Amino acid sequence: MSDPQPNIPAPASVPPAPLALAIRGFYKRFGDKIAVNGISLDVPTGSFFGLVGPNGAGKTTTLSMATGQLRPDAGQVWIHGQDVWQDLVAAKSLVGVLSDGVRLFDRLTGEQLVTYSGLLSGMDRDTVKVRVADLLKLLDLEQAAGTLVVDYSAGMTKKIALACALVHAPRLLVLDEPFESVDPISAANIRDILHGYVASGGSVIVSSHSMDLVERMCDHVAVIADGRVLVAGTIEQVRAGSSLEDRFVELVGGRHHSEGPEWLRIS
Amino acid sequence: MVTHLLGLRYLVLKNSLKRSPWQLVAVILGGLYALGVLAVVVAGLFALSFGDVTLARTVTVLGGSALVLGWAVIPLVSSGIEQTLDPARLVTFPIPLSQLLVGLTMAGVLGIPGIVTTIASLATALTWWKHPAAAVIAIVCAAIGALTCVIASRTVSALSSRLASGRRFKEITGILIIIPLIFLGPIFASLAAGAAGITDIPAIADAVAWSPLGAIWAVPSEVVLGSYGDAIVKFVIGVATPAVLMLLWKRSLASSLYTAPRSSSRTKRRGKLGFFDFLPGTPTGAVAARALTYWMRDPRYARQLIVIPLLPVFLYVSSINREGTPFLFSASAPFVAMILSITIYADISFDGTAYATHMAAGLRGRADRAGRVIAVSLFAVPLVIIISIATSWVTGTWSILMPIMGISLGLLLTGFGVSSVVSARMVFPVPNPGDSPFKSTPGGGVTSTLAMFAAWGILIGLALPELILVIVAITVGSIPLGGLALLVGIALGVLFAIIGIRMGGATLDRRSPELLVQLQRIAS
Repeated sequence: MSDPQPNIPAPASVPPAPLALAIRGFYKRFGDKIAVNGISLDVPTGSFFGLVGPNGAGKTTTLSMATGQLRPDAGQVWIHGQDVWQDLVAAKSLVGVLSDGVRLFDRLTGEQLVTYSGLLSGMDRDTVKVRVADLLKLLDLEQAAGTLVVDYSAGMTKKIALACALVHAPRLLVLDEPFESVDPISAANIRDILHGYVASGGSVIVSSHSMDLVERMCDHVAVIADGRVLVAGTIEQVRAGSSLEDRFVELVGGRHHSEGPEWLRIS
Repeated sequence: MVTHLLGLRYLVLKNSLKRSPWQLVAVILGGLYALGVLAVVVAGLFALSFGDVTLARTVTVLGGSALVLGWAVIPLVSSGIEQTLDPARLVTFPIPLSQLLVGLTMAGVLGIPGIVTTIASLATALTWWKHPAAAVIAIVCAAIGALTCVIASRTVSALSSRLASGRRFKEITGILIIIPLIFLGPIFASLAAGAAGITDIPAIADAVAWSPLGAIWAVPSEVVLGSYGDAIVKFVIGVATPAVLMLLWKRSLASSLYTAPRSSSRTKRRGKLGFFDFLPGTPTGAVAARALTYWMRDPRYARQLIVIPLLPVFLYVSSINREGTPFLFSASAPFVAMILSITIYADISFDGTAYATHMAAGLRGRADRAGRVIAVSLFAVPLVIIISIATSWVTGTWSILMPIMGISLGLLLTGFGVSSVVSARMVFPVPNPGDSPFKSTPGGGVTSTLAMFAAWGILIGLALPELILVIVAITVGSIPLGGLALLVGIALGVLFAIIGIRMGGATLDRRSPELLVQLQRIAS
């Protein structure tokens, strides 16, 4: 990386409205490490967008910057035409966020936590009550509604965090590793919910390590590595005939010769 | 099997020492320290033989009781001490229960603390060497006493691990244990103050000698004093104690071996939202409800309140010792107000990265600040008023009630404003939720203490108007001036609270992302 300057694009114009999420020229460095080095992404409205990349590629950093949680060093982002960093409050009402690696207020019960998220977004109590009941039912958390979130299993915690992201009926969902440590049944249920959400006009962007999952679930995908977008487009465009995993390995590299060194070949 | 368990214990010790040379150094230093202490104790016990029998009896009984108590309490305060032979890890092996009990007991006796305790106990024989019969009895009693120590420790840890499978229990015991420790200061102070108290100590020892803690240690001295009946009864108590403890331990161990540990959790009924049902359904109300829930459930918050009930008591004791005016006691309410007002200065640090929930919801900074202030105010304002009235009632100085209440409320509300600004700007390393609330975080103490004193400095500066008014009102003894102090205190307090909430809120609106980065750095 000989050029440490951010790839700042030409003065960005407001992207066309049908984009649920538009990122232009994101750049972020932490000390010596450039985490995100000029990422631009278009997430069309109504798409189910997968963001894949190896560990440390910059997925979480990108999504944090896109949702107003982390200030980019350079670059701009629009959610449904709303410049996120211009008006954080307006942008945040449009987006539901499930962050990876942040705590929840886990000394609340599941029901209290989702209610809390709803009330914080400025919704009135009656609406919140109805939506919390619906979400708990949808996510199969009714039994655990009165249990403190700290006593939840990892999968249940992901689900309650998803409920918090959904309660204010956002137009875009940004989910960072939503399937990590979720059991297959719950994962399938969450997928169904997300598909229903997309079918009814919502847009979803998920980051994941699981190529298989993204290939089955998403209609668009972007592969990022070392803070750059390697390729982005519909699943068909990106995988170009082979499987997403093979394509990913081909793009990202880093796969070693599988035969091993000479001396290890026994026969 | 017993020798096998013992061997396992030393093998684990040896391997863990091999892995880390520094731990070896620590063990050697600890061992040297223990040897030093042991030498002093043995010499002291020997020296007692030249003194008065009552003195020797008092020291051995109280010392022995403290030893047993210490062994029993340690597993409550510190988990993870001596977990080498954790019964939970031995569950998978087919070890008969009785052998397991003997093995665990012997492993305890032959650990470093066990050996030190045993030698120190046996040294009580030296105290009685002038009375050979008592010395022989002392050896037997010392062995039983040392065994009682180990068994008490094991029993308490087994019982508490049964109870403590619930997270809440652990959190609460941590707090409960610390309260007597805080009282320790005043207790020593009053002991030192009343020199007459010293004559009571032998009487205390006499009483303790009848308790399971002290009985066994008193037997030799009873023999020396010639009260054989008492000696026999106390010996029976002393032998029965470890036996009963052993029985309790056995039962609890048996049930923990055959039932899987399950985590108990308090469950609310659905639809019951606690404080969320009672406070307004607005963002500010929601923040206040959440904060109040945490004040109730999170021991890190409760910890800050421990000193509140103790402070007036402490000030009262100090006032009594100094002759004349109980002025310090009357100042309880302002002091409590200052402590309460500063309790929210690390609020966002306590949230940790959960603060991201507020950011994701697009919460206005002002609502965040106001909600937290309202939550504390709901109990802090009544508390300060009650303490003002109570101190006036106790001292009978109703004339200074108004000025005292004025300065207290002024300090409290102004302090909320100051805390609202500080907490929006600075993040301190604090214990994570679920950690012991008394856990010290490296580097955390210095910065947060400095920030606290800085905040107090600013607070006193801002509260100067009512402070001056109050001093004048009290020295002059003017009731109208006192009334004025009350009004000014409340008015300025409210003003500064609102300004603080606005300033802190604006800071949050501007700097939340940077704050979250700091919170993440601290959490990792």
